[in-house]
Amino acid sequence: MIEIAIDLVRISHAEKSRGYWMTVARRLTRDPVIVACASIILLIASAAILAPWLGLANPYQGSMIRRLRPIGTAGYPLGTDELGRDMLTRLIHAGRLSLFIGLFPVALAFVIGTTLGVIAGYVGGLLNQAIMRTIDIFYAFPSVLLAVAISGVLGAGILNSLLSLTIVFIPPIVRVAESVTTSVRNLDFVDAARASGAGAMTIMRVHVLGNVLGPIFVYATSLISVCMILGAGLSFLGLGTKPPEPEWGLMLNTLRTAIYVNPWVAALPGVMIFIVSICFNLLSDGMRSAMDVRG
Amino acid sequence: MSAVEPLAPAADVGGPGQPLLQVRGLSKQFPVRGGLRTRAGVVRAVDGVSFTVNKREVMGVVGESGCGKSTMARLVIGLIAPDKGDIVFDGEAVGDVLSLRDLRRRVQMVFQDSYASLNPRLTIEDTISFGPRVHDLAPNQARARAHDLLRKVGLDPALFAARYPHELSGGQRQRINIARALALSPRLVLLDEAVSALDKSVEAQVLNLLLELKEDLGLTYMFISHDLNVVRFMSDRVMVMYLGEIVEEAAAEVLWADARHPYTRALLAAMPSLDPDRRTETAPVAGDPPNPIDPPAGCRFHTRCPFAEAVCSTTKPVLMPTGNDRHAAACHIGDPASGHSRAGRRFTE
Repeated sequence: MIEIAIDLVRISHAEKSRGYWMTVARRLTRDPVIVACASIILLIASAAILAPWLGLANPYQGSMIRRLRPIGTAGYPLGTDELGRDMLTRLIHAGRLSLFIGLFPVALAFVIGTTLGVIAGYVGGLLNQAIMRTIDIFYAFPSVLLAVAISGVLGAGILNSLLSLTIVFIPPIVRVAESVTTSVRNLDFVDAARASGAGAMTIMRVHVLGNVLGPIFVYATSLISVCMILGAGLSFLGLGTKPPEPEWGLMLNTLRTAIYVNPWVAALPGVMIFIVSICFNLLSDGMRSAMDVRG
Repeated sequence: MSAVEPLAPAADVGGPGQPLLQVRGLSKQFPVRGGLRTRAGVVRAVDGVSFTVNKREVMGVVGESGCGKSTMARLVIGLIAPDKGDIVFDGEAVGDVLSLRDLRRRVQMVFQDSYASLNPRLTIEDTISFGPRVHDLAPNQARARAHDLLRKVGLDPALFAARYPHELSGGQRQRINIARALALSPRLVLLDEAVSALDKSVEAQVLNLLLELKEDLGLTYMFISHDLNVVRFMSDRVMVMYLGEIVEEAAAEVLWADARHPYTRALLAAMPSLDPDRRTETAPVAGDPPNPIDPPAGCRFHTRCPFAEAVCSTTKPVLMPTGNDRHAAACHIGDPASGHSRAGRRFTE
């Protein structure tokens, strides 16, 4: 009888002892805001990816006689733009490019920035100074101005705007990565690992990365919305996407002339940018609190 | 333990008579940066420290906070590089005959903060088996070793192996830290305030565990603490540090019975007594220790010493044998030739 009781205790202990990431995942799935935001992003993203197979109208096919129809027009649920193209179709198709512009530079900057920041934080000394002071140079410029300047130098085009956005987001990620790594590397368990004779690479892999990736990832997520807005801004200025390619920022730009004629339709691409960035921001906020567990 | 061939304890080199650890003239300075000026000075954290630890002995180290105890431990284990001085481990000079990597298998350390010294993302099992894995033990053998060590420190592997540090109590975590330190079969374990953060009942359990492990595994300890009662309970020999220097060294019972340095006497007098008739009425040492960036000339203790005279602020006393067996103190009073008016006289209460 007693042995059974002990076994039960063991089982319950075994169940209780989840890994850190399992605990975080559980907390995430139990947060209604997180679930709602993730669903919205998932919905928009899957619609964008599946756009060509959804049986929508041609996003490039305009009609001079059906320009700037209001929302709710028969056959055009979200109206038409200044060239008479179906807004719903274009908004969904635009999601492909806009989401890509929001995610790709941040993902690339996350990889590069984390690598640089962790190395700077762990190695310290002169290397740290070299990396961090170089990063500071980029900090001297406001991010919008920097993105515009780099895009301007490289020339208009999607690839160049992706590149300029990546360069803009590397410095803040390096800073966060460096500061988190510095605080972790001064903890006793890193000293204990060094005292056991482990090399720098092993310590970084086993003891540092697991403790710094979470906070850096959360920070990077919060940059996605900024990146989308910045990307939209570049397109708006004519430095990113070129017409007739559908993209939210570019659509906002071309529709601005219609703002007095049909303000509701003109605002739609802005609404999309707003919804997606709010969702990414709430998501990163939720992740921050979900990761804020002891252990 | 037969299955753990790659990490068999390092062989005894010089026999029981040879000291396990000999430290000669060990010094470490830290630069202090002051604002825009590059260097405002240096902290002499450890300044010309020499001592010897015999095999299977517990060497206690006491002193106020900031006197260089922890820096000394980190120097001995090679976590920071010394500016000057030699460390000889069982007859083999570190950095010469003995590589740093090999030294770290022979010397391990238990840190004060039981929480900060465990990686929160690793299970207990992974934490303990990390060292053996680094030293090329096969994963399943390292695992078996971790379980074995958990049993040794009195924790059931079935209950604890898969758990995370935050799920454990402070005492349990410190047992894990001890198991981790023992995972590489060290011969010398540095206990840097290892029990200071624990409450008294848990502290006693951990101390007894440490003494048991010492007997079972033939370990040698350096026991660093500011708690004199605990040091007396644990140590065979004790050295007293003040501002980066050793001021007195003796067997524990000799030190408590016949302390020769005024600082040691003050420390011992500062121990709270539970006997109401022996209440401490006046502070034995006044004020804080002087700034280690610019330590006083001569004897570093002369600014607070009740017996300080002119000679104390000009001439630095050296650690001299008192005549008792391996008892040494660095005080002019103990040296008849020093010129101190009380030189050669014994302290009278």
